[in-house]
Amino acid sequence: MNSTITRRGALGAAAAALAAPAVRAQGAPSAVRIGYAISKTGPNAGGAAITTIPNYEMWVKEVNAAGGLRLGQARVPIQVTEYDDRSVSEDTVRAAERLVNQDRVDFVLPPWGTALNLAVAPILNRAGYPHLASTAVTDRAPELGRRWTNSFWMLGTGSGAGAGLVEVLAPLKQQGRIGDTVALVSVADGFGIELANGMRPAFQRAGFRLTYDRSYPVGTQDMAPILAEAARGNPEVFVACSYPPDTLAITEQARVSGFNPKVFYTGVGTAFPLYKQRFGAATEGVMGVGGVDASSQRFQDYLRRHVASAGREPDRWASAITFASLEMLQQAIERVGRIDRAAVIRELQTGSFDTVIGPVKLQNNLLTDLWQVGQWQGGEFYGLMPLNKQGAKPAILPKPAWPAA
Amino acid sequence: MSNAALGLSLLALAALAALPFLDTGFWLALAINVAQYAVLATAWAMFSGPTRYVSLATAAFFGIGAYTVAVLGEALPWPLVLLVAGVIGAVMSLLVGFATLRLSGVYFVVFTFGLAELVRQLVTWFEVNVTRSMGRYVFVEISQAQILWQLLALFGALLALGTWLARSRLGFALRVIGEDETVARHVGIDTARAKVALFALSSVFMALVGAVMAPRWTYLDPAIAFNPSISFTVLIMALLGGTRSLLGPLLGVVPLAMLFEVLTARFPNHFSILVGVVFLLVVYALPQGVSGLLARLRRGAVA
Repeated sequence: MNSTITRRGALGAAAAALAAPAVRAQGAPSAVRIGYAISKTGPNAGGAAITTIPNYEMWVKEVNAAGGLRLGQARVPIQVTEYDDRSVSEDTVRAAERLVNQDRVDFVLPPWGTALNLAVAPILNRAGYPHLASTAVTDRAPELGRRWTNSFWMLGTGSGAGAGLVEVLAPLKQQGRIGDTVALVSVADGFGIELANGMRPAFQRAGFRLTYDRSYPVGTQDMAPILAEAARGNPEVFVACSYPPDTLAITEQARVSGFNPKVFYTGVGTAFPLYKQRFGAATEGVMGVGGVDASSQRFQDYLRRHVASAGREPDRWASAITFASLEMLQQAIERVGRIDRAAVIRELQTGSFDTVIGPVKLQNNLLTDLWQVGQWQGGEFYGLMPLNKQGAKPAILPKPAWPAA
Repeated sequence: MSNAALGLSLLALAALAALPFLDTGFWLALAINVAQYAVLATAWAMFSGPTRYVSLATAAFFGIGAYTVAVLGEALPWPLVLLVAGVIGAVMSLLVGFATLRLSGVYFVVFTFGLAELVRQLVTWFEVNVTRSMGRYVFVEISQAQILWQLLALFGALLALGTWLARSRLGFALRVIGEDETVARHVGIDTARAKVALFALSSVFMALVGAVMAPRWTYLDPAIAFNPSISFTVLIMALLGGTRSLLGPLLGVVPLAMLFEVLTARFPNHFSILVGVVFLLVVYALPQGVSGLLARLRRGAVA
């Protein structure tokens, strides 16, 4: 990358600098170039379309409507370069290299999902770009934050979310409001396994008994046999560490077969607007990963803008966190006041930020203060745990009966 | 390929090895991608060209090599990891080869496609039930430049092997098998053994490419390692280039890799459609591949 300054290029740059208008003479560029590669096709496309793309687009629209990012005295609009990574690691790696070395964008927004965030992490680290991983959830997040100090892991850990559920349930068991039997099913893939791994020891410590514990392969269509077996022991608590398609199938099957334990928990996808659309009033009392503080004005405002911008609601887990990560990036850039990526990274490490999920200050490059467990209550997916977090709701227990379809 | 051509090719590869000193970013990334497919497509054509067995097992061997690195990468020194990956690839291909190379035609195609899925499910089963985690981290200190050098070395070795093979009894036997397997058996060729031997050689290279590439992605799970699109991409590249000569596949790899790059950059929203159109064009317009077309043009010029 060091042999690319040619005489013609230098002349061109000098000419451009001379011709630049007065505002830019103070050192502000004509645009802040932001690039991202996102899964528009392939298996990740669904998740990216729900959680990531609407937030990226809305943020750029809002910033540019306000005149752009504030760099010193000037307002500088954002210019976007986007690619499709086709949900393939190798394509993601090349797209990131292209953004950094060919397009020379000023900042790179991350791809969707754990695998692709890890694929770009070493590249962004080597190039010194901040990396706000808002849709990666892995038990090794603390280690990754130390390994790549430019990377920020915003969605917690699978086992943290798993243990969080037990933290909600343990006091309820002590009060005698639920019994000690738990049926656990989990999808045999990264997050499903980590979630279940977090739950098992926590359940044991809290004195629960697992009456059923089975995993099923990704892409299982028919949930009826698994659910029938899980329901056989008549467990007080049913937990599915599931992915979106299975979350829908399991809920549907439980409703149809009238399996209605006191606690009904499903995994990824429970917090999706699609889930509410599909099950309507039947969502009441269902618990899952994620949650929001729906009583907060900031969130309600975000919800309204998201609907106006994307034509649909955000999900109640990583959406608001993704948008918050963009607000953090914006505030960090504006505090630094120029395109200085090292300074922006330092600001992200140490600064406090005002975002749609409330005030945020990262701990060792991790977002630790986030909703681990949520519950549908009256058509909104409220955060239940951490129990002492601002806006935490008490759990509805027992879960009401499934309404007749 | 003549000795002179081989020498020239190896010299060209050595020159390409200087690339990381000129650019460590995008062009290096692109070169790695091209080199990766160059080895895979040439290894594929080495077996499938003469025997005319269309194999979709590339992803299976690539994936097993990549997974070897994910499991052993931090435990063993790097050359040893590569050795293990190659050995596992060889053992697996021998098992598979003896079991299936008696199949022919479409049965073989279907079986090899199923193989990648089978291995992927076995790895998944193992991870879920034994290690109780899915997704592995590859933290190996291998730079992008080293990845390119290893791929170029693999390609060089492959060219040397292919040149030797073309002159050997084994290579001759395979050409006879490709023309007519029944005749081959009648003239006393042990067809099964010849096919298995070549299948194993080709598979070892695929497994090694997987192993070399794994550190590039940091994170591996079975879906990434055993991605069936690798098999199809390699197949279409080799078909475009032509499988009759050793450097034939390269004539398909370079243009297609460049084309994919341009399409992703310029038409991110229409990539899949455009690639589909290109595949159709390749099959309809160039049934003998680019090298076949070149040979025809040359014959035309002579006549």
